[in-house]
Amino acid sequence: MNQAVQAAAPAAKRKPKETGVPDNQKYLHPMLAKNYGNWKYHDRPRPGVLHHVSHSGDEVWTVRAGTARQMDIYTIRKLCDIGDKFADGRVRFTIRSNIEFIVADEKKVAPLITELEKHGFPVGGTGNSVTMIAHTQGWLHCDIPGTDASGVVKSLMDELYDEFRREEMPNRVHLSTSCCEINCGGQADIAIIVQHTKPPVINHDLVANVCERPTVVARCPVAAIRPAMVNGKPSLEIDEAKCMCCGACYPPCPPMQINDPENSKLAIWVGGKNSNARGKPTFMKMVASGLPNNAPRWPEVAEAVKNILRVYKEDARPWERIADWIDRIGWPRFFEKTGLPFTKYLIDDWRGSRANLNASTHIRF
Amino acid sequence: MAKKMHDTPNLDQLESGPWPSFVTGLKDLAKEKDYVVDLLGQLEESYKTRKGYWKGGTVGVFGYGGGVIPRFTELKNEDGTPKFKDSAEFHTLRVMPPPGMHYDTDTLRQFCDIWEKHGSGLIAFHGQSGDIMFQGATTDNVQKAFDEINEMGFDLGGAGPAVRTSMSCVGAARCEQSCYNEAQAHRAVLNTFLDDIHRPSLPYKFKFKFSGCPNDCMNSVQRADMAVIGTWRDKMRSDEGLAKKWFAKHGMDELVNDVVARCPTKTFQVKELNKIKSGEHITSVAVSDTHGIEINNQDCVRCMHCINVMTGALATGTDKGATILVGGKSHLKIGGLMGTVVIPFMKLDTEEDVEKLVDLAQRTIDFFAENALEHERTGEMIERIGLSNFLDAMEIDVDPAMVNSPRMNPYVRTDGWEEEVSKINAKKKAA
Repeated sequence: MNQAVQAAAPAAKRKPKETGVPDNQKYLHPMLAKNYGNWKYHDRPRPGVLHHVSHSGDEVWTVRAGTARQMDIYTIRKLCDIGDKFADGRVRFTIRSNIEFIVADEKKVAPLITELEKHGFPVGGTGNSVTMIAHTQGWLHCDIPGTDASGVVKSLMDELYDEFRREEMPNRVHLSTSCCEINCGGQADIAIIVQHTKPPVINHDLVANVCERPTVVARCPVAAIRPAMVNGKPSLEIDEAKCMCCGACYPPCPPMQINDPENSKLAIWVGGKNSNARGKPTFMKMVASGLPNNAPRWPEVAEAVKNILRVYKEDARPWERIADWIDRIGWPRFFEKTGLPFTKYLIDDWRGSRANLNASTHIRF
Repeated sequence: MAKKMHDTPNLDQLESGPWPSFVTGLKDLAKEKDYVVDLLGQLEESYKTRKGYWKGGTVGVFGYGGGVIPRFTELKNEDGTPKFKDSAEFHTLRVMPPPGMHYDTDTLRQFCDIWEKHGSGLIAFHGQSGDIMFQGATTDNVQKAFDEINEMGFDLGGAGPAVRTSMSCVGAARCEQSCYNEAQAHRAVLNTFLDDIHRPSLPYKFKFKFSGCPNDCMNSVQRADMAVIGTWRDKMRSDEGLAKKWFAKHGMDELVNDVVARCPTKTFQVKELNKIKSGEHITSVAVSDTHGIEINNQDCVRCMHCINVMTGALATGTDKGATILVGGKSHLKIGGLMGTVVIPFMKLDTEEDVEKLVDLAQRTIDFFAENALEHERTGEMIERIGLSNFLDAMEIDVDPAMVNSPRMNPYVRTDGWEEEVSKINAKKKAA
């Protein structure tokens, strides 16, 4: 495509400046630039506020606020006004789309919090809170979404608003949502991911024109797709007994429609942890599925997530992430306490799955 | 003033509640832009039917092959015309952020002005790969918007089978746990691969992520083809003043249950002061007039837990650097894979050190480009060929820090054993 664009372009077109990743030095708050690499320790005077102390004796306070991530320019300008008024015209964003304002004067902290909350930006997301949900594009912009992303996040964060603004969980809780099984939302303590339950529905009129068939065949993890002539046209067919409905064929071949308003469900996964703290990093595990894709507020999903959080908050010890907590209490107790049904679909049968089976008599009764 | 709004009974329900609403933001934009009026129309339709209506296509900027995510509406009338004509083209520009995602407000305001003029006015900070996502421009306006953003000193990120946009944590700018200059490494590596970012021609995507310590705030181990995670080799530092302050506030129960009991290798001990050992590998600090902490750093795996709990009382060592892991990825298509250690430790203090990281990245990408199958990530490639073959090709010496345990089956040809042993011995002698 690149060559085609270049060939068609008249000579006068502007050449891009391949400047790459810009230097961040000029964007740093002056106190961060001054104490770069020289910080000594930090504490958290209240939820939503970090206090960092440098070996030089300098101190900064960071106030963290939640955003919708997908922001209109008026909202961004409002955040800029707040940054100009309180934080020397500097802001930064966290990986979970929270915005941070840094001040070198402790007296500015309280009025900054008041100003942010007055404009509807909740202050929190630090330490052992439930922080903002890492999420994807959904119906707003993705070409293969099974559900929305921003709407699911808005609905859930409305329900978890108090937990964002407080630090009352045993340890931090990271959430993510993904609008298909590719899981762009990523690993998290609790993740909500689309789970398709029916094989793709093929529009045989379009396959030959739209799809590179060998690529699609190669893309299937269980070799369930093969080339076929259908109604006299070259197309593809699926061995429906083999297909596990992952949707990997859909991106390279949109006529293999995997999304289904009724049969594309939502699954809940728990226990992902990227940090090396305590145990090694862990992947999350599926603990529930079959939840309806119930726009615009997904109440069944919200209830399921809140239920797991409620049990975790009551039962886990300080500093236990969800994965650490389940390590202590064991999976049978997790399902018992959360009331979630343990079905046969939760027994792994994918490659390497025997490592996930209990090869011992370690059982909690 | 824009045209009349479509009815959006579903989306309207996402305006109530305390969390900031993206729907309210879109409606504010729709007051001025027909473009966003129709976008809301299409999104409402998705909410009604529970289906997506965007398809990809071919839109780019002059000189680059990637970085723009094209979107054309598939929601058509019977005559084939778009049902929501004003938002029929809704492309996204992916723009690479500065390391640590720091900005000044002038920059953000300029972004807003450009996107008010050429785009929908909707910007996401940030996408899952770290891009600033300028969401929603017509095909005609993509180039205009890019030209202005590019003149500001910002550049497009990756899309498709390319080196992707990277992220680094706040790091040295504001974190005492930082073990290297994340921003320097991030820029040095990424800016080496601009051609591979802008002109997708690899077997599949390749992601770098930079985390300053083993807390790995960038989730690099779970999703980066090459994860650069800060660590240290020498003794943990301690500060008696802060240790006593922590203990006075938290007490013995918390020290024992939250720290001692949670140390993964049980190297963290609480002892009466007169029983605390000293030595080359011991970190010790008093927490009260009677008790103190003793840590044998040789048994410490640098998990960060005690440092996280007792920040400042305990701190990373000073002989810092990074561990490099290769092969992390998400679900598609064989299930999630963690990155695995290929370099247990490398210094990143000087420009020469960082050059070595760049060289490793370059050789890894060269090997990936030549050896991976189409649509295969590095993790899948290593699973297919075996880590030893990858290390051989990369000329990296094997190290027991790369494995959880040695092999548990006999199915390997070992007729090169003596040769390997003599190579290892020769290297030991030369060192």
